[in-house]
Amino acid sequence: MTLLSVENLVVSFPTSRGRVNVVDGLSFELGRERLGIVGESGSGKSMTGRAILRLIRPPGRVEGRLSFEGQDLTSLGERDMRALRGARISMIMQDPRYSLNPVMTVGTQIEEALRVHERLPRRDMRARVRDMLEAVRIDDPDRVARLYPHEVSGGMGQRVMIAMMLIPRPSLLIADEPTSALDVSVQGDVLRLIDDLVRDHGMGLILISHDLPLVARYCDRILVMNAGRMVETCDAGDLHAASHPYTKGLLAAVPRMHETRDELPVMDRSAWAGT
Amino acid sequence: MGRHMTAISLSHVDIAYDGQRVVHDVSFEVAAGESFALVGESGSGKSTVLKAIAGLAPEWTGQIEVLGQPGSHRPDRTLARHCQMVFQDPYGSLHPRKTVDAVLSEPLTIHRIGGQDARVEQALADVGLDRRFRFRYPHQLSGGQRQRVAIARALMLEPQVMLLDEPTSALDVSVQAEILNLLKRLRRERGLTYLMVTHNLPVVSFLCERMAVMNKGRIVEIAPATALHDGAFRDPYTQKLYAASGGD
Repeated sequence: MTLLSVENLVVSFPTSRGRVNVVDGLSFELGRERLGIVGESGSGKSMTGRAILRLIRPPGRVEGRLSFEGQDLTSLGERDMRALRGARISMIMQDPRYSLNPVMTVGTQIEEALRVHERLPRRDMRARVRDMLEAVRIDDPDRVARLYPHEVSGGMGQRVMIAMMLIPRPSLLIADEPTSALDVSVQGDVLRLIDDLVRDHGMGLILISHDLPLVARYCDRILVMNAGRMVETCDAGDLHAASHPYTKGLLAAVPRMHETRDELPVMDRSAWAGT
Repeated sequence: MGRHMTAISLSHVDIAYDGQRVVHDVSFEVAAGESFALVGESGSGKSTVLKAIAGLAPEWTGQIEVLGQPGSHRPDRTLARHCQMVFQDPYGSLHPRKTVDAVLSEPLTIHRIGGQDARVEQALADVGLDRRFRFRYPHQLSGGQRQRVAIARALMLEPQVMLLDEPTSALDVSVQAEILNLLKRLRRERGLTYLMVTHNLPVVSFLCERMAVMNKGRIVEIAPATALHDGAFRDPYTQKLYAASGGD
């Protein structure tokens, strides 16, 4: 079943040299699966995520068709869109330090995320927050709920973000570089956690990242973007057999743990340059 | 200053910020011409060690020597002549209102070195930047071009030792590849000594010969970079880091 369908998406911004399409005619469909969108900076991957949630503000402009669970997102009013954000489509951003409210305790913030979308008695509300904190593997949820964001580590902060985003039980999660601000030893934990929750709840996931090997490990399907366009899409397992020279170039440019090359292959940017 | 067998040597170094000790009893030696990595996660103290060597973290005790000269507790002009640093974020480390030309000329002026015009031109060529970039400002350059300028600036005084603080972690992989190739070529051509701080083990595998692994302000293991090929580490923390970084 198709959860999200994106057809000919164009996101443009005005510049001194006229409008520039940062996403340039992107189309894809997403079921209840894990899709990785990969690209370098300026490829349009983050703008795609934002466009789906209609978070692009003027003078930015979004064109094309976006439909989610059969509903046309482009025609929804701002009020309906606000009801949908968080409740049905959620987004996790890169750095928890910037996306959590510094003057509100962690527990209150998670509770707020739920209260916006559901009316529940106070006691049930507390219980849901507690369960959610446990689901993101926070050992002593009652203590953590009383902490402020500056009192928690990066990995813990990102768990709190995930709890906040998943507590209204959305059907699609967009995670934009959810672990690039974290140390490698916690990156794996956070990604496995997202993965488990997405599977348990039968959700769809869009994982946006610049890290090809990482995305290949946690997704079913991969979409490679460059200069606002889709370069290639393939099953994650077939990434090593990617055919497009841009994808191959990206893969080859990453240093390996067992590195024996004297020089890393460098891409001829002029061949694909748009940015 | 002549050639020394040992380029950098630290012996029982403790480092503190405002009286709070953050690095404990660090000792290691980097041979002249060697490329050595300090590896660890955030808060492990790896960047602090680099800063202490450069004189930017003044509260240290123990022994630091660079090319046979005792380390300093403040930025030091003689040290700067032989030992230069490249920082992680090229956006933050270049003065936004100085042109590339001004940035590259400044160290020459400070150290009263002549022939500036030719030297700046040569430095740009050495790091693979076209001469048309010479009179541009940092905001007119891409991240990779800025990091090339930062490397060129560090090379202006023809140092023997380079301290590299996560020199590619703010860059896209394709740009990272270019900068890593550049660093490798410059070291080969000039016989430079590198001390590089990074959290990225594959980068160590590409650019370094040995590595010290830091955890909670201490060195837990010093190993050859070839240990990354088969994961032959003896310390449990290193093994964990290796596994989390995608090693088998």
